[in-house]
Amino acid sequence: MQFHKYDVVIIGAGGAGMRAAIESGQRARTAVLTKLYPTRSHTGAAQGGMCAALANVEEDNWEWHTFDTIKGGDYLVDQDAAEIMAKEAIDAVLDLEKMGLPFNRTPEGKIDQRRFGGHTRNHGEAAVRRACYAADRTGHMILQTLYQNCVKHGIEFFNEFYVLDICLTETEDGPVCTGAVAYELATGEIHVFQAKSVVFATGGFGKVFKTTSNAHTLTGDGMGIVFRKGLPLEDMEFYQFHPTGLAGLGILLTEGARGEGAILRNASGERFMERYAPTIKDLAPRDIVARSMALEVLEGRGAGPNKDYVLLDCTHLGAEVLETKLPDITEFARTYLAVDPVVEPVPVYPTAHYAMGGIPTNVHGEVLRDNENVVPGLYAAGECACVSVHGANRLGTNSLLDINVFGRRAGIAAAEYALAHEHVDLPESPAAAVEAQVALVLSEHGHERVADIRTELQATMDANASVYRTEDTLKQALHDVQALKERYARISVQDKGKRFNTDLLEAVELGFLLELAEVLVVGALARKESRGGHAREDYPNRDDTNFMRHSMFYKQGTDLAADIRLDYKPVTFTRYKPMERKY
Amino acid sequence: MTATVEGARGTQPPVPDGAVTVTVKIRRFNPEVDDEPRWDTFDIPALPSDRVLNLLHYIKWYVDGTLTFRRSCAHGICGSDAMRINGVNRLACKVLLKDLLSAGGKPTTITIEPIKGLPVNKDLLVDMEPFFEAFRAVKPYLITYGNEPTRERIQSAADRERFDDTTKCILCACCTTSCPVYWTEGSYFGPAAIVNAHRFIFDSRDEGAEERLDILNDIDGVWRCRTTFNCTDACPRGIQVTKAIQEVKRALLFKRV
Repeated sequence: MQFHKYDVVIIGAGGAGMRAAIESGQRARTAVLTKLYPTRSHTGAAQGGMCAALANVEEDNWEWHTFDTIKGGDYLVDQDAAEIMAKEAIDAVLDLEKMGLPFNRTPEGKIDQRRFGGHTRNHGEAAVRRACYAADRTGHMILQTLYQNCVKHGIEFFNEFYVLDICLTETEDGPVCTGAVAYELATGEIHVFQAKSVVFATGGFGKVFKTTSNAHTLTGDGMGIVFRKGLPLEDMEFYQFHPTGLAGLGILLTEGARGEGAILRNASGERFMERYAPTIKDLAPRDIVARSMALEVLEGRGAGPNKDYVLLDCTHLGAEVLETKLPDITEFARTYLAVDPVVEPVPVYPTAHYAMGGIPTNVHGEVLRDNENVVPGLYAAGECACVSVHGANRLGTNSLLDINVFGRRAGIAAAEYALAHEHVDLPESPAAAVEAQVALVLSEHGHERVADIRTELQATMDANASVYRTEDTLKQALHDVQALKERYARISVQDKGKRFNTDLLEAVELGFLLELAEVLVVGALARKESRGGHAREDYPNRDDTNFMRHSMFYKQGTDLAADIRLDYKPVTFTRYKPMERKY
Repeated sequence: MTATVEGARGTQPPVPDGAVTVTVKIRRFNPEVDDEPRWDTFDIPALPSDRVLNLLHYIKWYVDGTLTFRRSCAHGICGSDAMRINGVNRLACKVLLKDLLSAGGKPTTITIEPIKGLPVNKDLLVDMEPFFEAFRAVKPYLITYGNEPTRERIQSAADRERFDDTTKCILCACCTTSCPVYWTEGSYFGPAAIVNAHRFIFDSRDEGAEERLDILNDIDGVWRCRTTFNCTDACPRGIQVTKAIQEVKRALLFKRV
């Protein structure tokens, strides 16, 4: 075991982690521990843009952005947090530009902006040009720019260090975070990092689903670690399905395509979104578009030999718009489906994309241990966190915004906390749990194969807990996930070595996936209403009387099979009263 | 449809309709146990629409769990899975089996090796540190002096276009590890580092061109380039790498960007 001591430890090097590191690294001694090389993070897969009411191309203001975010989230958004995000969005974009991000430009040389789903002028009148973008590579540019600035500031990275536990030290005032424990992939060695503050920025858990835009590595590690510590997760039943995944593959095609004018059509060529969202049509929020697509297919109007997808028609945009503003998705369609968007419509279907829920935090990124109290020294930001600025459904572009606004806030808060406090002693044998976990996976105790359990998990989640859900499908999913958890206790891996043991890594990741899938399903079963990304066929309406509140999930006990306790947390309202959500 | 094969890792998953059997020949080396590298061969079922990454996953998940490689996004934007596939540098997630199948239904063998010029850590996984060290050495970040503007810096669409090509780099190392100069002289910065220097040298907002050009004028800098175009052929993002290197050379010769 190796021991390290830092002021601040950041876990994860995607957008949120690196944005935090840039702030923290200039204030306090900071280490970034990351499972992947920083530039491999999935922030780089984000395409369409990052919204901020710069008003560079038409009238706009951050209050409209706040309203759109709250309405888009079906009023489960904490309104104080949404207001902060929309207000700070403007500086967040300008900061990135000053760091060097190569945004597309207007004819006057200002940052160009385009339309995006759910972002409107004056509270829903019409779509507004709010998304700042760099072709359809905005996430790539953000990730590269943040990494470049980490290089500039000499941020210290521990690459391919897989964090498996955090250290909580009990004090009179409750638990305090005192460090993190990592498994070094190159050597199999365990490292203990003592720290005054720890920031989680570990991203989402899309790999619980089969059809997903998420990377293989998005396995909810951070959320899983926090949950296993007995700390809550919030709103985990709200999972976003992005409307336009490449059919059958799930690879993302940006909403920016529809922002540039692309149209969704069913088998007969009808622009079906006119029926579901008469005002903003194809630019309705993602939950609405995804459900509309699923309905078209369910009702027999799907395209293709099996009538199981719809079509994204970009042909009228012309080769120039596609090549200059949407070059990557044009290439994805050509490479993976052999479809050329310039001349033919692209087969698309919803793909599991983004977790609205996660580790509950306040607006400073401090992690909550219950509805009122924080865990001193523990922070979270980005997709792994739930502030909650996305409520029941995130608007497109607001995740790139979230990572920049709350990544920055968490980095500053973590560094300031570290500067104002002394190190607290680590708990006894801080590495023991991780050592035991690794030893258990490597030991011979069964013949279950990781890939089989993962495949079955993804199949049941796709079939039973995706765009539409019912009591029956969710009960089936819960039954399946619990049975898989039981089998997981008997897994074996073939690679028993210490050097770059990715066999072991995948086994550990699967444990987190199983844990989080169960939380998602338990939450979806309990929420007997339809709101945002959570659509219950058996409870088709929003129920503000009983469910205008956040779900809070607590693990009862430490084994994998332990029960989940469900509690609730009130939504913060400032100025917007819940209304019916029409577009 | 439901035929199964017994393998080293228990029952194989069902073979899908339309699958063909391909032979995958992989360069293996684990310094923990092996004295020297060897070739392992796997006959596996695969669909023509599969990416080479799918084939590697099949082997790892159902045949040999010790096979080691990096991957993440699986659609060509994270840059994790650069490897030598049939002798050329590619991302395993961007090569489809249908483009590798032998003509006339003849048996297909796909050869996969780690990218060259970087130390092999295990199987297809190499030590990326020398590569990133060269990247960091060219000051790959915007350098400006004086006060920052309150709003964004103004940049014309044409000025933005000037360096667009080199902003696409995902640091996968396909270019650098396809370069014969880099294979023999690891101290050469390599194409990727120069591409990332180019990205800033030709950015109208940047004021650090001279510092970077000084670095690249060094003995291990751009003059090592022999213009073999391997890098351009290898780039999975379609960047005109050799052209970018030539533009940097020209900037050095004529002292202007």
